[in-house]
Amino acid sequence: MSWLQQVLEQGIFAVTAEAGPPKGPDIEVIRKKCAQLKGAADAVNITDNQTAIVRMSSFASCLVARECGVEPVMQMVTRDRNRIALQSDFLGACALGIQNILCLTGDHQSLGNHPQAKNVYDIDSIQLLQMFRLMRDEKKFQNGEEMKGEIDVFLGAGENPFADPLEFRALRLAKKFAAGAQFIQTQAVFDLEIFTHWMEEVRKLGLHQKGSILAGVIPVKSAKALRYMKNEVPGVVIPDVLVRRMEKAADPKAEGVQVCVETIEELKKIEGVSGVHIMAIAWESIVPEIVRRSGLYPRPIKSEVTSP
Amino acid sequence: MIIGERKPVKEILQLIGDRKKILVLGCGTCVTVCLSGGEKEAKELASLLRIKKYQASDYTVERQCEPEFIRPLDYRLKEVEAVLSLACGVGVQALADRYPRTPVFPGLNTTFLGMPVEQGRWEERCGGCGQCIVHLFGGTCPVTRCAKSLLNGPCGGSKDGKCEVKPDRDCAWQLIYDRLKLQGRLDALLEIQPPKDWSPSRHGGHRKMIREDMLL
Ligand code: SF4
Ligand code: SF4
Repeated sequence: MSWLQQVLEQGIFAVTAEAGPPKGPDIEVIRKKCAQLKGAADAVNITDNQTAIVRMSSFASCLVARECGVEPVMQMVTRDRNRIALQSDFLGACALGIQNILCLTGDHQSLGNHPQAKNVYDIDSIQLLQMFRLMRDEKKFQNGEEMKGEIDVFLGAGENPFADPLEFRALRLAKKFAAGAQFIQTQAVFDLEIFTHWMEEVRKLGLHQKGSILAGVIPVKSAKALRYMKNEVPGVVIPDVLVRRMEKAADPKAEGVQVCVETIEELKKIEGVSGVHIMAIAWESIVPEIVRRSGLYPRPIKSEVTSP
Repeated sequence: MIIGERKPVKEILQLIGDRKKILVLGCGTCVTVCLSGGEKEAKELASLLRIKKYQASDYTVERQCEPEFIRPLDYRLKEVEAVLSLACGVGVQALADRYPRTPVFPGLNTTFLGMPVEQGRWEERCGGCGQCIVHLFGGTCPVTRCAKSLLNGPCGGSKDGKCEVKPDRDCAWQLIYDRLKLQGRLDALLEIQPPKDWSPSRHGGHRKMIREDMLL
């Protein structure tokens, strides 16, 4: 069983972080990020060509992370691979001991650095979850053919409580759990009001008991970065008061961390939130401080070594 | 209908190269209706070519995509070095098949199957996937109109009813949600749609249709 799953099943408020692979073959980049995150997070998401920009593969980077003693969450998007390639890579990842997979559809390539590329989108994230669950629990490929061997994997998905149509968002979460998601990492929370309302809907539907919900947070370094996210990043909702607060701050970096810590404190109070997912993009070194100041340190220690 | 857009004149001139006797051939069906390749456009392009010192003539057939309609062109084709077809890609190929010795150049970029949504604006509606499931989505096709062809609900980037990929385009899933809500059928969206069978689509290879009862 993956360590992340164990932490969540023990009812411990979980912490996950995120590390993006390098735009090149230098694995030192991953080692450095892992060294910064080790001990601060129970597992670390390794992104899959995030924002449709070519990077080292999530699969390879996950193996590096494991060598560094960090438990990876391998992100897989359906943008670039069809069901044949996804199942094949899933088997490879499981065989090499990757135990957490996050199923995503992925950012459209026209927003990335190869907008001329052909996309795949053979299946969507919900169908991806369903397919991996079928392989794990029923030992069947997507086409129904029998498969041999045991798979031990913890399946997750993303969800965005802030995107339109807002009324559909909790129902979409229900679909993800029904398709096989065991944990959910949400889009970054800046607007606690919308998030709290979404969680109310989630609880009304009893979804917080169907799996673990980890709320996403992003520490921002400046008002400019925040404004950029507000205007340019699809699916992120940022209240104006927050932008003004960052604008007025004498030390914006410190204020960004403070906002993040305060958000986590609020999230901890919301019934049904089982952990936080800290996405410190290109600022991994700040994660230990955020974890410490949010009262989430030290992290539980692995009783057994899971590396082969 | 099939929508096409006229290629830029510069590109057309490059295609023609140093050939002088050109027939600009319009098509009287879809591309006439979407104002890209009908009689009027063929005449305009031919006169433009004449200004540029080509011996360009024009003609328009009702449907370039049907052999019967292009057969009467035989004598005209004898007199030209190349044809510039203003039909969709189907029409271009029908001509190329019938006149294998004559270079046929596409004057349009065939873009999509769609319809006019307002004066001067056409939008894509169908990707010809070979297994229509549009009824599951209240009559809005997510295969074609959602940039990611999502079958189980909107992505995380839908905003104010617009698509994250093309902000001047409606998010298909907002339309689907609104329509099904209007019909009191939101529960239809809770059903998990299985992976689509793409084998009847172009992904399954070049397609054909046979009507046994019509075969001679
Ligand atoms: S489901 Fe297929 S056939 Fe039906 S409208 Fe969409 S693309 Fe066209
Ligand atoms: S915004 Fe809507 S139409 Fe665009 S990719 Fe997302 S779900 Fe599809």
